[in-house]
Amino acid sequence: MRQKEAVMAVSTENAPQMDVTRPDPGFGVYVHWPFCLSKCPYCDFNSHVRDSIDHTRWRSALLAELDHYAALTPDREVTSVFFGGGTPSLMAPETVAAVIERVGRNWRLANDAEVTLEANPTSAEAGKFASFAAAGVGRLSLGVQSLDDAALKFLGRQHSAAEALQAVALARQHFPRFSFDLIYARPEQSLDAWQAELTQALSEGADHLSLYQLTIEENTVFHGAWRRGELKVPEDERAGALFDRTQLVMEEAGLPAYEVSNHARPGQESRHNLTYWRYGDYIGVGPGAHGRLTLNGRDSSSSRKLATRQHRAPEAWLSAVEIDGHATRGGTEIDAAQRLEELVMMGLRLREGISRGAFSCEIGRQPEQLFDPKRLQALVESGFIEVTDRKLVATHQGRTRLDAVLAHLLA
Amino acid sequence: MTELKNIRNFAIIAHIDHGKSTLADRMIQHCGALADREMKEQVLDSMDLERERGITIKAQTVRLTYKAQDGETYALNLIDTPGHVDFSYEVSRSLAACEGSLLLVDASQGVEAQTLANVYLAIDNDHEVLPVLNKVDLPAAEPERIKEQIEEVIGIDASEALEISAKTGKGVPEVLEALVKHVPPPEGDSSAPLKALLVDSWYDAYLGVITLVRVVDGILKPGLKVRMMGSGATHTIDKVGAFTPKMQNLPHLGPGEIGFITAGIKSVADTNVGDTLTEERRLASEPLPGFKPSVPVVFCGLFPIDAADYEDLRDSLAKLALNDSSFLYEPESSAALGFGFRCGCLGLLHLEIVQERLEREFNLDLITTAPSVVYKIKMNSGQVIDLHNPADFPDVVKIASIEEPWIKATILVPDEFLGAILKLCEDRRGEQVDLTYAGTRAMVVYRLPLNEVVFDFYDRLKSVSRGYASFDYHLDGYRENDLVKVAILVNAEPVDSLAIIVHRSQAEPRGRMLCERLKDLIPRQLFKIAIQAAIGGKVVARETISALRKDVTAKCYGGDVSRKRKLLDKQKAGKKRMRQVGNVEIPQTAFLAALKMGDG
Repeated sequence: MRQKEAVMAVSTENAPQMDVTRPDPGFGVYVHWPFCLSKCPYCDFNSHVRDSIDHTRWRSALLAELDHYAALTPDREVTSVFFGGGTPSLMAPETVAAVIERVGRNWRLANDAEVTLEANPTSAEAGKFASFAAAGVGRLSLGVQSLDDAALKFLGRQHSAAEALQAVALARQHFPRFSFDLIYARPEQSLDAWQAELTQALSEGADHLSLYQLTIEENTVFHGAWRRGELKVPEDERAGALFDRTQLVMEEAGLPAYEVSNHARPGQESRHNLTYWRYGDYIGVGPGAHGRLTLNGRDSSSSRKLATRQHRAPEAWLSAVEIDGHATRGGTEIDAAQRLEELVMMGLRLREGISRGAFSCEIGRQPEQLFDPKRLQALVESGFIEVTDRKLVATHQGRTRLDAVLAHLLA
Repeated sequence: MTELKNIRNFAIIAHIDHGKSTLADRMIQHCGALADREMKEQVLDSMDLERERGITIKAQTVRLTYKAQDGETYALNLIDTPGHVDFSYEVSRSLAACEGSLLLVDASQGVEAQTLANVYLAIDNDHEVLPVLNKVDLPAAEPERIKEQIEEVIGIDASEALEISAKTGKGVPEVLEALVKHVPPPEGDSSAPLKALLVDSWYDAYLGVITLVRVVDGILKPGLKVRMMGSGATHTIDKVGAFTPKMQNLPHLGPGEIGFITAGIKSVADTNVGDTLTEERRLASEPLPGFKPSVPVVFCGLFPIDAADYEDLRDSLAKLALNDSSFLYEPESSAALGFGFRCGCLGLLHLEIVQERLEREFNLDLITTAPSVVYKIKMNSGQVIDLHNPADFPDVVKIASIEEPWIKATILVPDEFLGAILKLCEDRRGEQVDLTYAGTRAMVVYRLPLNEVVFDFYDRLKSVSRGYASFDYHLDGYRENDLVKVAILVNAEPVDSLAIIVHRSQAEPRGRMLCERLKDLIPRQLFKIAIQAAIGGKVVARETISALRKDVTAKCYGGDVSRKRKLLDKQKAGKKRMRQVGNVEIPQTAFLAALKMGDG
């Protein structure tokens, strides 16, 4: 593993040398498609199974919400569009095309804008890849989840490993960029078995992989089984070993982690997701979609950060949009303390950390003034956090235990 | 005013569950003191609940009007006595107001240790003790064997013991008859200067301080100016009366009578139990023999879990102390637990009651530290310190010697468990004083250091005897011993609230046990945690909790921010309930661990 740069003492004496530039967090548009063919036992996302969907109505409603948010965010340049779900590969390609077209009409769409669509690697959906590409999707994110048939069955997936690989091949053919997801730290999964699966995944030539440790979320089928003792996930030690091994394999393959669970060849990072982690603005349309909008400019002293949320239930969302033009159910202002929490919670997930510029811009103060010096010092001394003239960053050790680090830092 | 010869004052001595409340109910019913519609199960116990709410009676008394077979009408005054060892002081003052006692024994269970202690107190008070066997209708009843046991263990004649069933009422008239026949009437002179024993007092929100008295000589009546001989305070009597069991005003109380007075007294603290009331204009020549005031022997720290509750805790303690003169408290601050109070109680049960009332009635969440006894520390300078809190243990080099309180404990136990009980007592540095048998039950008397008893001794006693052993004790002076303070350090920082004082021979095993328990109770954290037990500067035990290996949310995207932030806020709120020592968060359960050390 790459050794980190020297740790700087936590003090403000270095203030004159501070670099307070902030990497451009971009401005993203998230589109939520809430439908799936079946609900996976580990998934707690806002997804629903329906017999039939009126695609025309849904298309109009999504476009209406885009218009609504465009009016609130004039003169912005959209740097990414992300179709998430649910299973957006179940969308009609015309809807995808119409959304992209409308984004371009409502805002300026950056020349190099990244347009991602999440897809399931079933043969039916793979058949639509060409149309999605034609609609303007440039990056496909495939929910492969595993390359092992038994594991796919366990995860409740509708595809086989062979089908998934075919979908990967098609994705490679149709899209300039593609990524896929794998879920590891499954019950009984050994370090070596995981490494073998990961190595096979790497041989598929993706420039980006999202590697998630299986998490038991509340209100899922797995949660019930886990509570009854029927499902065991790796305990602390083994989960840690699996995480470390993942970092090592990916680092050597040239796709280092740029975020806790996301790995990419340099330059191939998901720009849309970087917007989230860099705490940039994004609008969210579709049922249950969230957004963050900075109003009144970019200066922390005058700007307000707004959290937006659309109605979660698909049908209620649809009728609300048809009546009101949008289904915003929460438009709450985020106070300064919450803003700090969100900035830190998201930013420390990134290997690049949080720039001093982001602190200036969002909060107007630097880490040394924001955190309990003793707590910060303890985290620095234990090698979990580094504070440099440019940024606040979690080390590999820190990212491995980020939830505890955040709890300690923000307590 | 009832004539002396027609008054009988008595107490009922019984072990818990031997049927005291039920017998009292039957007697009240038999004498028609309450209409049937007013009669509820366990009348005295329902008063008990009122007492807990701090509004009514403490030492419960009932005046019953009984028409005996000899044609005379008698006033029977029953004073209820608390059954637990912690309150033997309250028992003794109740007994001092009576001439006789009913010894109520379960006909299958037999005499228990606490009964024994209270019977001896009654005998010391020259009581006529009437043995009564209850629950004789149950299949397991062995009245003959229990009678033998009473004779052997207590040494009183039980041949004429009454056999009753308080539940069905069988034999209850005979009990009333026996009281009239065998309990001597009180003595006194209504023309002599007033002399009345102050038996108890409590605060009533409507009436102010109510004082329970037993008149010995003279007459108490409204308007009389009285003086408390001990404190010298004077008051004018407002009302006098008796409980029937309803509070009933009377024109006066004469010799031998038990009843209440109100006299515009502001605070319970102004009435010293055991004091003698006399007339201001015609003083009695000498007071009645008083009581030793009860002194708290067990101390512990009480801290609010949420620091914001400190004021509430203070107010609640003040309210409790209003009606419980044996309960003491003073502010204490702990580095680990923040601001709280050091509380002194008569014993472990008393402590538990206080804690439970605070949590239940006053709705407070508390951390209780391990109970400690009062050590007498002789310093090299000649100064003697009463140490209530291990955290205040002085620098060892300045200490000349340390004395700890001892008790004399009586344990009654079926002989099959005797071995285990003896071992328990020996393990706790006990010294055997006596061992006798009564049938298949052994009576063991031990001298034990009180500090060995306040740690989980009751629990151990119960578990090694499967609940069959009964236990009673009284204080037995101070003795010098080789005592040391075991400090608990978390990442080299001493946690004051976890410190204990133990005999040197026990220091290492206790320290080790505490470290082991803490290891189980403190969750893995960001930083490695070293838990050490140390005597002076020397570490005698050490446990390590390794740092968290992995703890990170796998997925966190734009739609997750709000939810994860709320989760973080919840976690922060949870942390507030933890105690911070250096970088380590110690859950409250860890502080309770020290209370239950032997269970592990």
